[in-house]
Amino acid sequence: MASRRITRMTRFNITALVLGLAFLYLPIVILVIYSFNASRLVTVWGGWSLRWYYEFFNDRAMLDAAWMSLRVGAVSATIATLLGTLAAVALTRGERFKGRMLFSGMLYAPLVMPEVISGLSLLLLFVGLDAGRGFWTVTIAHTTLTMCFVTVVVQSRLGAIDRSLEEAAMDLGCNPLRAFLSVTLPLIIPSIAAGWMLAFTLSLDDVVIASFTTGPGSATLPIRIYSEVRLGVKPEINAICTMVIALIAVVITVASFASKLSSTQGENAVPL
Amino acid sequence: MSARQIFARPARYAAIAPYLWMVLFFLVPFGFVLKIALSQTAIAQPPYTPVFDLWEGREATKAALEQLSLDNFKLLISDNLYILSYLRSLVVALLSTAMLLMIGYPVAYGMARLPQRWQAIAMMLVIVPFWTSFLIRIYAWINILQHDGLLNTVLLKLHLISAPLVWLSTDTAMYIGIVYSYLPFMILPLFATLAKQDPALLEAAADLGASPRQAFWRVTFPLSLPGVGAGALLCFIPIVGEFVIPDLLAGSDAMMIGQTLWLEFFTNKDWPVASAVAVVLLVLLVAPLLLYERLQHRQLEAR
Repeated sequence: MASRRITRMTRFNITALVLGLAFLYLPIVILVIYSFNASRLVTVWGGWSLRWYYEFFNDRAMLDAAWMSLRVGAVSATIATLLGTLAAVALTRGERFKGRMLFSGMLYAPLVMPEVISGLSLLLLFVGLDAGRGFWTVTIAHTTLTMCFVTVVVQSRLGAIDRSLEEAAMDLGCNPLRAFLSVTLPLIIPSIAAGWMLAFTLSLDDVVIASFTTGPGSATLPIRIYSEVRLGVKPEINAICTMVIALIAVVITVASFASKLSSTQGENAVPL
Repeated sequence: MSARQIFARPARYAAIAPYLWMVLFFLVPFGFVLKIALSQTAIAQPPYTPVFDLWEGREATKAALEQLSLDNFKLLISDNLYILSYLRSLVVALLSTAMLLMIGYPVAYGMARLPQRWQAIAMMLVIVPFWTSFLIRIYAWINILQHDGLLNTVLLKLHLISAPLVWLSTDTAMYIGIVYSYLPFMILPLFATLAKQDPALLEAAADLGASPRQAFWRVTFPLSLPGVGAGALLCFIPIVGEFVIPDLLAGSDAMMIGQTLWLEFFTNKDWPVASAVAVVLLVLLVAPLLLYERLQHRQLEAR
């Protein structure tokens, strides 16, 4: 009897869970609700309205920044996915090779490296190379950061795949490339998609690295939001944030759909 | 040669492109940081000398090398501002990590106790905020914590306070922001180790007469220590260099090292000192970074 009871959920477990999730979600919910507030005073409720969304769509500078962010996000996520997938393949399938320790170290360090260091060091590189700062420097910086996340995501999926599938394909006469393309790749496509989306949202979110690596006249959306937020709360920012959250929600839905697809195709899918 | 070995060779070639990329955009930049940390400040564009070029030949390089100096590092040691902000960063990171553990552990524990079907949903719910913008989540707290914000309104309505309290620009606000932002990073590794534990262990403990509390402290918790370590490092390292959260939520009387670096770079335009700050910060973080890499490596090997 006692042994059954000890693994049951206690009231404490449920309370912790509910409070934890409430803590994670309440601020975002409040932000979204207030973005529909008609009143200029953020804290006074003046009825439902889309006023602040109109405001955003008439704000040239904000629109430019948003467009810049979307382009940087899409391009950097695509390059990062390509490079990150290659890195994941090399790490999971390449056995031992020269410089492997350095390679994996370089790929894990940016995951936790303070952004101020990454941003500063990349900027100094760009200045040293005399590269004009703007779209491409931010894109390269974001690619460098996000490809590490893609590597982790794809790597965990590659590690979970039964390698005898590839070996069987090769025993049946496939060369390694063919075996990879026709057996491995279809199995990891969902995680590659999830990696792309993670890279995209990370790029869409970054303010520190972008501040260092961007040039005059090419501010990204987070940079603009950041400089507005420093001056105080503005209802228009609530509206922009809500739209970004909506965009990310769409991306997550697609990603979770993709990972569900992968779990029905292969063994246990690794989320994220 | 086995099929696995034949497959390994082209797989190794896949490393070439990402390898070159990371060397060029991750490793080489540190060389630049180091070089500029050893340079003098100048009122110029870019604002430092000497700008030496390996292409200019040996003599020029040698002359430039002689101009390198440790002045910036001496400044860091002699000026209290820097030492204090390094210390503040460490203290903030330690305290926040402790708070994250105390809040994250019960949540992760509750998740691990859920029926299997619900676990996936709970995990998704924890991951989603991680995907949502950092900046937006901090901004959400500014909404709540400002003078006439929701928190003060609620507290006034409940008659818990008689006048609005100041929340923004305080350390309390900063800690709330940090704990809020990093909570998923703490919960996920904890949940991963807790969910793997065999419930039979607890049943055995109970059969041997342990109370639930004893079973937790003598079985569950010791077994979850790898997750505790991973979560703590995953939070501690980035928090030390955190910039956005203290900048937006904390007061301006004390700065964390990330803010100092930012200030030197963007406001004072002192690139050499900013680089020196970065070098010292990096050196301070090397030990935990290596530890993190180890753990990460072991976890992936174990899969």
